[in-house]
Amino acid sequence: MTSRFESVFLYVVARAMVPLIQVFAFYVITHGHYSPGGGFQGGVMLAASIILLRVSMGDESYDRFPREAGIVIAGFGALAFALLGFMSMLFGGNFLEYALAVPGMSADELRYWGIFFAEVFIGFLVWGALVAIYDALETGGVE
Amino acid sequence: MKLFAIILIGILAGFVVWGTNDLPERGDPTSPASTGVSTYYIENAYTDSKTPNMVTAVLADYRGFDTFGEAVVVVAAGLSCLLILLRRRRREDGTEGGLFSQADAEKAARMAAGEGLYGDGT
Repeated sequence: MTSRFESVFLYVVARAMVPLIQVFAFYVITHGHYSPGGGFQGGVMLAASIILLRVSMGDESYDRFPREAGIVIAGFGALAFALLGFMSMLFGGNFLEYALAVPGMSADELRYWGIFFAEVFIGFLVWGALVAIYDALETGGVE
Repeated sequence: MKLFAIILIGILAGFVVWGTNDLPERGDPTSPASTGVSTYYIENAYTDSKTPNMVTAVLADYRGFDTFGEAVVVVAAGLSCLLILLRRRRREDGTEGGLFSQADAEKAARMAAGEGLYGDGT
């Protein structure tokens, strides 16, 4: 993409919508316990907000969200999810057995927080991976 | 040929309809889907993990390993898109940079010149 579209409406409306989409995406991720939603859905919404920036602002969006950031965020999410799984193995549990992850806390509380952090990391991972795929298809990846 | 395809599709669709006779009734408590672990999840999901949304509890806790695999598949898709579509950087000496090392490129050039892998024709 070389320059942004010469459309004031698209530019203004997109800039107004992106923060709302992102706030709603965080709501969907963190309320996976209580309502439909979770990491996958919220991550897709975060990726959609970034892609809306890319489409409406063109090269200007690379200053706000660089090309390399996508795959870095995805890798961070996957690594953090894996480390969350390995935490319980330090104390004799199985992979991803949240109930044993931290000694001294009750099992149901630990599983609650384990599910919460798993959803958050899945959200990061889907967000980064989808933006990376879009950037690769659009610009040929890094530079 | 077209008639043959239509007849074949009709026969296969007949098999599918015939197979639905063996499906359990909707909401049947003795069906295989209702007698396995799902009863345990429905009864204990909240007390086990304090999570009101049973679907989330199954997705991220009871079936966490499956979800982990799904998530890694998404990352692998992103990585492979980058690997396939990456635009190669040019090095300072003008040679084409990229995913392969200099030694690999020299080896390929030797093989292309018919000199064999080790430069002595073997």
